[in-house]
Amino acid sequence: MITVGLDLGSVTTKAVLVEGSSWTSLIRPTGYSPRQAGKQAFEELLGNAGLKRGDIGFIVGTGYGRISVPFIDKAVTEITCHAKGAHFLVKEVDMVIDIGGQDSKVIAIDRFGNVTDFAMNDRCAAGTGKFLEVIAAALGLDVSELAMLSKDADPVQTSNMCTVFVESEVISLLAEGVKRERIIAGIHQSVAARVAAMAERLGKGAHIVFTGGVAKNEGVREFLCKELGRDLHVVPESQIAGALGAALLAREEVRLKSL
Amino acid sequence: MKIFESFRDLSIMNLENAKKNKIKIVGLYCAFAPQELVLAAGAIPVSLCGTKNEPIAEAEKVLPRNLCPLIKSSFGFAITDTCPFFRMSDYVIAETTCDGKKKMFEFLRRYRPMHVMQLPQNSEGTRAFDWWLAELQVLRNELEKNLAVEISEDSLRQAIKLANRERRTMKRLHEMNKIDPAPLSGLDLMTALWVKDFNADKEDGIELVNGLIEEVAEIAGSGTSPFPRGTPRILLTGCPVGLGSEKVVMLIEKCGGSVVCLENCGGIKTLEYLVEENDQKDPLEALAERYLSIPCSCMSPNSGRFELLDRLITEYRIDGVVDLTWQACHTYNIEAEMIRDFVKKDFDLPFLHLETDYSSSDLQQLQTRISAFIEVAGRKKQQ
Repeated sequence: MITVGLDLGSVTTKAVLVEGSSWTSLIRPTGYSPRQAGKQAFEELLGNAGLKRGDIGFIVGTGYGRISVPFIDKAVTEITCHAKGAHFLVKEVDMVIDIGGQDSKVIAIDRFGNVTDFAMNDRCAAGTGKFLEVIAAALGLDVSELAMLSKDADPVQTSNMCTVFVESEVISLLAEGVKRERIIAGIHQSVAARVAAMAERLGKGAHIVFTGGVAKNEGVREFLCKELGRDLHVVPESQIAGALGAALLAREEVRLKSL
Repeated sequence: MKIFESFRDLSIMNLENAKKNKIKIVGLYCAFAPQELVLAAGAIPVSLCGTKNEPIAEAEKVLPRNLCPLIKSSFGFAITDTCPFFRMSDYVIAETTCDGKKKMFEFLRRYRPMHVMQLPQNSEGTRAFDWWLAELQVLRNELEKNLAVEISEDSLRQAIKLANRERRTMKRLHEMNKIDPAPLSGLDLMTALWVKDFNADKEDGIELVNGLIEEVAEIAGSGTSPFPRGTPRILLTGCPVGLGSEKVVMLIEKCGGSVVCLENCGGIKTLEYLVEENDQKDPLEALAERYLSIPCSCMSPNSGRFELLDRLITEYRIDGVVDLTWQACHTYNIEAEMIRDFVKKDFDLPFLHLETDYSSSDLQQLQTRISAFIEVAGRKKQQ
């Protein structure tokens, strides 16, 4: 049986195809239309595997764009999907920290990969991928360059978490002659502190898996370990954990139906 | 249910007629306002508007933006003269429930004759009781002076019986949702309960709700429900909701839950507690006892809320608790953490705390949270 999970994030669209114990995936930019991006990613994924729509048993959609894709069989929140995906990747996981384009979430899960509790940032973009993107732009950088530059730098504290305010604060710091590296380190630390505070509220996990696009940022990762006082499980598939979870949930759906 | 939607317009007409007949109308902002004193004064108590987003922009010209939407909406409605109930009120009763409200009332009293009752900070012990009893006496004198009437003991006893009868009826309606699956959607329940506060004639309202109870009993008897079997049963607690501010109730039901119990003001919180009907007892003392027992977060401590939730979670066989805080409502916001602990430790139930306002700007975000919460509650229910 073959199932597909589609994670339509605000920045990237992720697609995973699961067949038995093997799986394939791809990541594409979402652009302005999650509907279009979802359709293209799905078709490309099928094309790579040499499959047709009729070969797919079930499709689960997740991410903020899940409501805009008509061809999925079921929509499930990214919270449930990331838990499933992380559980598949790291068996002993009991907490997931997921920082995506516009949301950051902490998810407590049981030993079967089911969500028991979660916390999510409020409506502003503070502490998310978007926040890092805005700050990178203010520093004349691409968001992918941030992690490298903040390495070993002494973080300078920024006082405000609001994206717009931090941006102007960063500009003031630059004018004062503070080194870019220290500013970036400070930003990474503040993102980590904010997410760590959410994690504490849910009760500290023993095995935390870091997922979502921001998990690729080593600077945030390092500060997050410091703030939490423990190591994180970092997996190469961190960015596709949600889509993988969606595909696995699709598989469970098919199994339930065949009972 | 249809009649409830047109009931508000009907109420306005009835109130206008009452006014023509020189009957006074007294506007109320909160569940702590003792409506029995108003009834005993021969006046009509009505709730004042404060659950819609529209007048907030106007209110923000005077009040801080970072304030609870309920306060801003109440104030906005009053100053823009868009709340017919405020316009018709001869007198307004307010109370010092929270800092935001009590300071807002200092502005609002420029628009209507008003009395602000000074609430004690907690509801336990004789000092709080004596204070509140004295406040009721002050209100009684104020009403007598301002409405040019005398409030007799006898009329007070009658008013107590009438208001109790209304509470019992409303509670019976609410309790229909103990049936699983619930015969009434949370939105319909909220609408029906909400109507009572804008009602010109209590007897009419009681009759209307009695009719609805029969209707609902019939629906339930035939085994039909707006929800499929197995729908997670959700209790909503926290700040008050009404028409216009129903977005969380709406989203919970859109995402596959059923709001079977409304614990907030306007819901069961104000229906559970009756005034003692005892001819040997001073009616004002009976009123003081009852109103002080409302478990509002403005009281510190507020142990009554935990006792009430304990009972409701069991009686309504709740699968998940949603605690709603309007932005900048400090007392409910802080208490939410205690409620979380309580719901998790004593009941091991999924709990979701939301902080939002009346605008629609965060519907998408709220939907993600609420969907995930319903997914968790639904899975737990299946187990």
